[in-house]
Amino acid sequence: MTSMTDPAQGSFRLSMLINDTRYRSYTFQFIALMILIALMAFLGVNLARNLAEAGLNISYGFLGQPAGYDVNQTLIDYTSQSSNLRAAVVGILNTLLVAFLACVTATILGVIAGVARLSKNWLVSKLMAAYVEAFRNVPVLIWILMIYTLMTAVLPAPNAFRGENPSSSMLLDAFAFTNRGVYTPAPVWGPGSMVVVAVFLASIVGVFAYRRYAIKQLFDHGRVLPTGWPTPVILFVPTLVVFFALGMPISLDYPALRGFNFQGGLQIGAPLIALWLALSVYTGAFIAENVRAGIQAISKGQTEAAASLGLRPRRIMNLVILPQALRVIIPPLISQYLNITKNSSLAIAVGYADVTATLGGITLNQTGRAIECVLLLMLFYLTISLSISAIMNVYNNSVSLKER
Amino acid sequence: MSDTHAHSVSYVRDTMLPQSEPPAAQTGAIKWMRESLFSSVPYTILTLLALYVVYSLLAGFLPWLLGGVWTTANIRECREVLEGASGGCFSVLTERWNQLLFGIAYPQDGYWRPTLAFALLFVAAAPVLFSHLPRGLLVVTGLYPFIAFWLIWGGTIAVPVMALIGVVGGYLVYSRLVANSFAAGFFGGILAALLIWFIGGYITAPLEGVLALEAVASRNMGGFMLNMILGVVCVSLSLPLGIALALGRQSSLPIIKLICVVFIEFIRGVPLITLLFVANVVLAYFLPPGTNFDLILRVIIMITMFAAAYIAEVIRGGLAALPRGQYEAADSLGLDYAQAMRLIILPQALKISIPGIVNVAVGLFKDTTLVSIISMFDLVGMIRGPILASTDWNGVYWELWGFAALLFFVVCYGISQYSQWLERKLQTGH
Amino acid sequence: MKKSVLFGALTVAGLAAGASAAATLDDVKARGKLNCGVTTGLVGFAAPDANGEWNGFDVAVCRAVAAAVLGDASAVEFIPTTGKTRFTALASGEIDMLARNTTWTFSRDVDLKFTFVGVNYYDGQGFMVPKALGVSSAKDLDGATVCIQTGTTTELNLADYFRKNNISYEPVPIETNAEAQQQYLAGACDVYTTDASGLAATRATFEAPGDHVLLPEIISKEPLGPLVRHGDDDWADVVRWTLNALIAAEELGISSANVAELASGTNNPEVNRILGTEGTLGEMLGLDAEWAKRAIMASGNYGEIFEKNIGEATPIGLARGLNAQWTDGGLIYSPPFR
Repeated sequence: MTSMTDPAQGSFRLSMLINDTRYRSYTFQFIALMILIALMAFLGVNLARNLAEAGLNISYGFLGQPAGYDVNQTLIDYTSQSSNLRAAVVGILNTLLVAFLACVTATILGVIAGVARLSKNWLVSKLMAAYVEAFRNVPVLIWILMIYTLMTAVLPAPNAFRGENPSSSMLLDAFAFTNRGVYTPAPVWGPGSMVVVAVFLASIVGVFAYRRYAIKQLFDHGRVLPTGWPTPVILFVPTLVVFFALGMPISLDYPALRGFNFQGGLQIGAPLIALWLALSVYTGAFIAENVRAGIQAISKGQTEAAASLGLRPRRIMNLVILPQALRVIIPPLISQYLNITKNSSLAIAVGYADVTATLGGITLNQTGRAIECVLLLMLFYLTISLSISAIMNVYNNSVSLKER
Repeated sequence: MSDTHAHSVSYVRDTMLPQSEPPAAQTGAIKWMRESLFSSVPYTILTLLALYVVYSLLAGFLPWLLGGVWTTANIRECREVLEGASGGCFSVLTERWNQLLFGIAYPQDGYWRPTLAFALLFVAAAPVLFSHLPRGLLVVTGLYPFIAFWLIWGGTIAVPVMALIGVVGGYLVYSRLVANSFAAGFFGGILAALLIWFIGGYITAPLEGVLALEAVASRNMGGFMLNMILGVVCVSLSLPLGIALALGRQSSLPIIKLICVVFIEFIRGVPLITLLFVANVVLAYFLPPGTNFDLILRVIIMITMFAAAYIAEVIRGGLAALPRGQYEAADSLGLDYAQAMRLIILPQALKISIPGIVNVAVGLFKDTTLVSIISMFDLVGMIRGPILASTDWNGVYWELWGFAALLFFVVCYGISQYSQWLERKLQTGH
Repeated sequence: MKKSVLFGALTVAGLAAGASAAATLDDVKARGKLNCGVTTGLVGFAAPDANGEWNGFDVAVCRAVAAAVLGDASAVEFIPTTGKTRFTALASGEIDMLARNTTWTFSRDVDLKFTFVGVNYYDGQGFMVPKALGVSSAKDLDGATVCIQTGTTTELNLADYFRKNNISYEPVPIETNAEAQQQYLAGACDVYTTDASGLAATRATFEAPGDHVLLPEIISKEPLGPLVRHGDDDWADVVRWTLNALIAAEELGISSANVAELASGTNNPEVNRILGTEGTLGEMLGLDAEWAKRAIMASGNYGEIFEKNIGEATPIGLARGLNAQWTDGGLIYSPPFR
C-alpha cells in the first residue's frame, strides 16, 4: 500500500507467528494443513491395520468377474454371466434413464402447478397449493413406497386379462396397465426407417429455421408471419409423406398375453414407474414453488410498462415477463434436477436396478467389497453432480446481469 | 348555474337516501364466485374439473376414514368387522401406537421420558424462535440439551451435569481470554471444557446411581422418536459446523478455502444414502481397531456433515448478499477478522439466511427416514419391518403410510409456516 | 451448546463399547450382554412381538449362548441386520455373533473371513406359487416373474438354475420379506423364491395358506448356521459347543423339563459331562461347570426349540425332514462331548 506503514522490524520473533497479522494467516493455514494431514494419516493407517487384521485387501478385480445375478430392466445387453462392471454400467444407465424421465415430467408438472397456483380461479389455486404443500412436506421415501404400494395394490395382475370374461382389458388393444408394469406397443424399425427418422429430424430443424425467419421478418420489415399452424405442418407433413412413400417401414409390435406375462411391445416395469412418478410429483411441488417465486419476482411495473407500449397480454408474457422470470427460475430448477438424480438412489427401496441397487447393492452383497463399491458409487454421483454444477455455472455467467 | 334555474325546480330532496345494497350479482358469495370461479368459459371448465377432482378424492377418502375400525386386535378381525364395507383398519395404529412412536426396544415404563423431552423442546425452542419472548427463557434453551440427554438416554444425572459444568467452565475461560484475542479465547475455552470433561469422567464414574434413570442404549431408540432425535441433534450440530465452513469458504487463506470447498462440494455431490452406507458398512474400517461406537452415532456424524455442507452454502449466500460497505465499515473501525465477523457480519448474514436454514432443516428432517434403508427402526423402518412383517398386520398399508405421512406433514408444514412468518417479519425493505 | 450431547453420547458409547479386539468372550462377560445379530423380522426364526420381545428359532440360539456365558437368557441385545449390513456388523465387532439364517458358503468362510460354528437348520431354496396358476414344476416357469429377497445367495442360485435349464424369467429384487409377500399376494410376481423354511413361514401368515403350493424342486443347498469372526477361536468354541450341547441334549433325552433332575447325576457319563457333574468341560471353555445346563434351560433342547418355533404344531408347520437327529435319519449330529 503505502511506504509509511510498518516501521522497520527488529529480528523475527516466534511470538509474531500468532500476534502479527502478517504471519498469523500462515500459522493458521499451517496448523489446518497439519491437522488435515494428521487426520488423513490416522484414517489411512487405521484402514491399513484393519484390513491387515481381517486379512482383506483393496482390489478392483471383482469388477471383471461374472456378476452371477439377473437384472429385470436393462438398456444394454446383460446376462448373469456378464461382469460386475457391466452390471454397474447397466445400473448407471438406469439411473440416468429414471433421472431424465423424472426431470422432464417434474418440470412440466411444476410449471403447470406453479402457474395454476397464481391463477385467479380460487379453487384451482387452492388445489395447487394443497398439492404443493402435501408433497413438499412429506419425505420422498414415503411417497415412493406409497406409490409403489398403490401400483401393486390397485392395478390388476396380468392374470386379470386372461380367460373368457377377463376382469380387465387392454386399452385400445395396445396398452396394458398391470401391477408389474405398463406394456405399450414398441416400434419395429424396418428397412428404410432411418430415412423417415432423418426426415423427421430435419423437420425439427426446419421449424426452428422458420421461427427464426419469422422473427427476422418481424424485426426487419414489421411483417407478422403466422407461427401457429405452420409448425405442425412443417413437423409432420414431410415425415408422413416419406413414411407412406417408402411403404410404411416402421410398424408397431403390440404386447400380448403369452404365458405368465405380456410379451412383445415395450415394457416399463412397475418399480421404474413408481420411482419416476414419485420423483416427478415430489420434485414437481418444489419446482412449482420456484416457478411461482420467479414469476412473482418480476415487478408489476414490468407488466404495466409493457402494456403501456401496446403489447398484447400473450406477448407481454413471452417477451417481457418470461425472459426475466427464467433468469430467476433456472438456477433453482437445475439444482432440483440435481436433487432428482441424487434421490433416484432411493430406487433401492422399490427394487429398481439403478446403480445403487446393482453396484452398491447386489454386487456389494455378493462380493463383500464394501469399500470399493461405495467408493465407486460416490465417484459416479460426484461426477454427475459436478458436471451439472459446471453447466449451471456456465449458464449463470451467461445470463447474469452485468453489474458495476 | 343561475338562480332562475333553481326556482324552476319543483322538488329538492333535502335528506339522504338510505344506501341501497349493491345488485345481488355484485356482492357477497355470488360476486366472489363470479369473479374467482366462473369469470370466463375456460375458467368455468377448470372450476368444474377441479370440483370433480376434489369430489372424487373425498368420495374415496371419507368413507375409508369415517368407516374405519379402531379396536380390533389384528387384520383378520378388521375384515370380519367391516364385512367388505369400505373402511380403514386403524386398529394397527392403536395397537402399535407405542412402537410407531418409540420403536420396539425402548423400556415401556419409560415412555414418559421422551414425551417430556419432546414437550420441553417447545419451551426450549420458543425463545429462539420468537424474539419477543422474555430473554430469561434462554436459560431453559441452554439447559435443554443436558436435560433431554438425561431424559432420553437415562443413566446418572452426574454425566450431563458434568458436561454442563464443562461448557460453563469453557465459556468462563473464553470470556476471560477473548479480550486478548478471539483465537485465544476460542481455543482456551475448548481446552478448558475438554479438561473439565476429562477430569469429570473420573468423578462421575463412582456416582453411577445418583438420580439415575434406567439407562437406554442408543440402538434401542426407534420409531418417530428416532426421526426427531436425528433431526434435532443433527440440525443443532450442523449449524456451528456450517458457519465455520461458510467462513472458511469465503476466507482469503487459500489452503483453508480449498479444504472447505472440497468438503462442501464432495458432500453435496453425493446422495445421503451413500453417506449412510459409509456410516454403516465402511466407516468401521477407518477407525482404530477395537473402537466400536454404535450405529446411531455414526449416522449422526454423517447426517451432520451432510447438513453442514448445505447450511454452509446457505450462509455463504447470506454473506455474499451483505453489501460490501458492511465489510469495509468493519475494517475501517479497526476491527480484526474475528471481531468483524462476530459483531458486524455474521449477525446480519445469519438473519438473511434464516429462511434458507429452515428449508435445509425441513429437508434434513425428512431425510432422516433414509436410515430405514440401513436397517434402523425409525418410523418408516418400523412400518416396513416389524409391523408389516407380523402376521397380525400384514396387508395394512394405507393406514400406516397415511399415519407416517401425516406425522411428517404436521411437523414440516409447521416449521415452513414459521419460516414464512419469520421471513415476513424480518423483511426490512419496502 | 448441543455439542455436549455429542460428547456425552461419545462418553457413553465409549464406556458401553469398550475395546472389542481379541477376546470376545471376555468382552461379553465384561459387558454383561451378548450382542446378537438377527434378521429384521422373519416369523418363526426371529421377529419381535407386540411387546418388542424377540422370539424364534435363531433367537433361541442367541439366548442359549447368553445363558451359557452370562447365566441369563435375557441378557441379549438383539441387533436387526439386513442382508447388506450383517457381515459388516459382524466384522466390525458391532455384534458378537450372527444368527440370521445365513448360508454357509466357501467364499463367506474363506474370503469374507468368518467362522461358521455349525449348522442349526438344513435348508434349500424353493419356490412358492399360487395354486390357481396350475404349475407343478419349476421347469414350467418359463417367462414367469419371480420375487427374490435381495442380498442373499438366492439370487445367484436362481440365475444359475434358470440358466442351467435354459428358461427365462423376470427377477423382481425386494428388500424385505414383508414387501416380497405384499408383491406376491398382489400378483405382481408369479413366484416367490427363498429358502424353503422362509417360504413356509411366509405362507403361514397368509389369509388362505391352502391357496399356495411349494413346488417340489429344491434348487440349492442352504446350510444355515450361526457364525462368528475369524481368528477368535475361543469364542467360536463357546458358540459351537453351545449349539452342539442343544443338539446332543435332544439325542440324549435331556430336555428343559428334566434337566434340573438329571443335573443331580445320572448313570450316563456323557450326560454327566454335558451337565457338568463329571469332568471339566466348562472350565476348558472358560466357563463354569453348569454352562450347558443353563443353555438347555433357556429354551429347551434342539428338538424343543424346533417344535416351539417352527415345528408342525406352529402355524409355520415345518417337518423335521433333514433336520431330524442322525439317529432318526436326519443330518443333525453333534460331535461327542468328551
